[in-house]
Amino acid sequence: MMGTSDLDDLYAEIILDHYRNPRNTGLLADPDLQAEGFNPFCGDRVVLTLALGADGGVERVGFEGEGCSISQASASIMTELLKGKSVQEAHALNATFRALMADAELPHGHTPDELGELTALEGVKRFPVRIKCALLPWATLQDALAQPGAVRG
Amino acid sequence: MYDLSAVRADFPVLSRQVNGKPLVYLDNAATSQKPRQVIEALVEYYERYNSNVHRGVHTLSVEATDRYEEAREKVARFINAPSAEHLVWVRNTTEAINLAAKTWAAERVGPGDRIVVTEMEHHSNLVPWQQLAKQRGAELAIAALDADHKLDEADFERLLTPSTRLVAFTHMSNVLGTITPAKRLVEMARRVEAAVLIDAAQSVPHLSIDVQDLDADFVAFSGHKMLAPTGIGCLYARSEVLEQMQPFLHGGEMVLEVTYEDASWNHLPMRFEAGTPNIADAIGMGAAVDYLAALGMENVRRHEVELTRYALGRFAELEEVIVYGPADLDYRGGVVSFHVEGLHPHDLGQVLDAEGVAIRTGHHCAMPLVRSRLNVPATARASFYLYNTEEEVDALMEALNKALRYFGRAPRSRPA
Ligand SMILES: Cc1ncc(COP(=O)(O)O)c(C=O)c1O
Repeated sequence: MMGTSDLDDLYAEIILDHYRNPRNTGLLADPDLQAEGFNPFCGDRVVLTLALGADGGVERVGFEGEGCSISQASASIMTELLKGKSVQEAHALNATFRALMADAELPHGHTPDELGELTALEGVKRFPVRIKCALLPWATLQDALAQPGAVRG
Repeated sequence: MYDLSAVRADFPVLSRQVNGKPLVYLDNAATSQKPRQVIEALVEYYERYNSNVHRGVHTLSVEATDRYEEAREKVARFINAPSAEHLVWVRNTTEAINLAAKTWAAERVGPGDRIVVTEMEHHSNLVPWQQLAKQRGAELAIAALDADHKLDEADFERLLTPSTRLVAFTHMSNVLGTITPAKRLVEMARRVEAAVLIDAAQSVPHLSIDVQDLDADFVAFSGHKMLAPTGIGCLYARSEVLEQMQPFLHGGEMVLEVTYEDASWNHLPMRFEAGTPNIADAIGMGAAVDYLAALGMENVRRHEVELTRYALGRFAELEEVIVYGPADLDYRGGVVSFHVEGLHPHDLGQVLDAEGVAIRTGHHCAMPLVRSRLNVPATARASFYLYNTEEEVDALMEALNKALRYFGRAPRSRPA
């Protein structure tokens, strides 16, 4: 049975904060990697741009999107966590977060600590139709990282 | 008028709790709930006379055939068709439209021809025509809505050229609630000798329909939106049209005589009903139209108009809420699509669900309308039926206020 307390789990304060004040919004003018994700079921959309530094790591991130609080907060938190990560570390973060949402075992050597504010999205697991919303930015990241530009470094 | 609380008592699901709250079911445009009388008709069929139709001389088969064909007659009377032979059983509106598109229309629409639809079509009455136009090198023309979200009749008429072979329009929009002046539109189409298909998925359940008076070639509707089970629906067609139409599926039931070399087709409408049909649900649809006819469709309509008037009044109290659809209730069914500034429909739907209130959120299978015309990625939609109450509208408004508070936007009442 669901009540307001479950809603409080779904809409944790951190999520509402990122939804109301999303970080790193606006697309980069000179991205090395770019991808767009769309969920036709609810109309959620995320466009992600990444600029890589000389060492091949993520130097700057910008996103634009429209959609529900879950998809947009997930995108905002993701952009914060990506900064300074190598492409490999970004892949690992993606895999760890997906494992968390799927209630699966985390990839070897990874812990929930690395996920930072993303753990606030754990409450979404109780609402299966919303998991897709939380994962949309991450599917978009996967597409961005699959581009040839990401091999550098 | 009918006794609302007695009617509600006929619908077992309405006494259910959802998330600890009484269910407030406002997703009727998607599918309606079912009364005991329909559920019992299904149980009776399976418990008492389950059998195949049109095939046996044994008692059960005779009973099943009688009840199955009687259901067709009931539905025919319900929409005032000249006879039951005009009704082809299909699964739903979508199948009915596809049947017309892939048989009759496919043979008559050619390169340079035109098909006219409206801006507010459900994907079911858009994609079949769009694809047919593409395959046949025809052109699809889209009639616009006016500022009040009614059909722009002048624009519709302007699109009717001599090359127009077919016009397909919704009788009631499942997104805006807009009712189209179907009879006038048919008359306009006749002037250019275009055939007409009416998507009546939302109108047959809520309005009193007379297919002879409308005089369209095809009328398509689904049982599940009008108290009947899922998996059963109807395509009504005029005799001339049915007689010219080629069968779509070949097999048992649809044939009269078969040799190794050839086959002849069964009488109408069985020619279009190959294989064992959905007997139980057809009988259930017969029980559903019995129920609706007993209430009287004028009463159903009157109840929904009053409820919609009440709901629109309550919605107007909320400054943040944009409501779509015609203000004129003569042109509007019991559908209220709305958008709350700064609050995504998905989040809204979730908070409402926690309060036991079931509404629809999304594009409502009308993506071009929602995205290109209303210019939002999705809307929230409350849709009413004969059993909904003003108290349920109040519960919706209370849940809506809760959602607004939850997402940090205190609802301000409009100054009087
Ligand atoms: C206006 C309209 N047309 C067509 C349909 C399709 O009906 P069905 O899904 O039963 O085929 C619907 C139902 O969603 C509808 O509202």
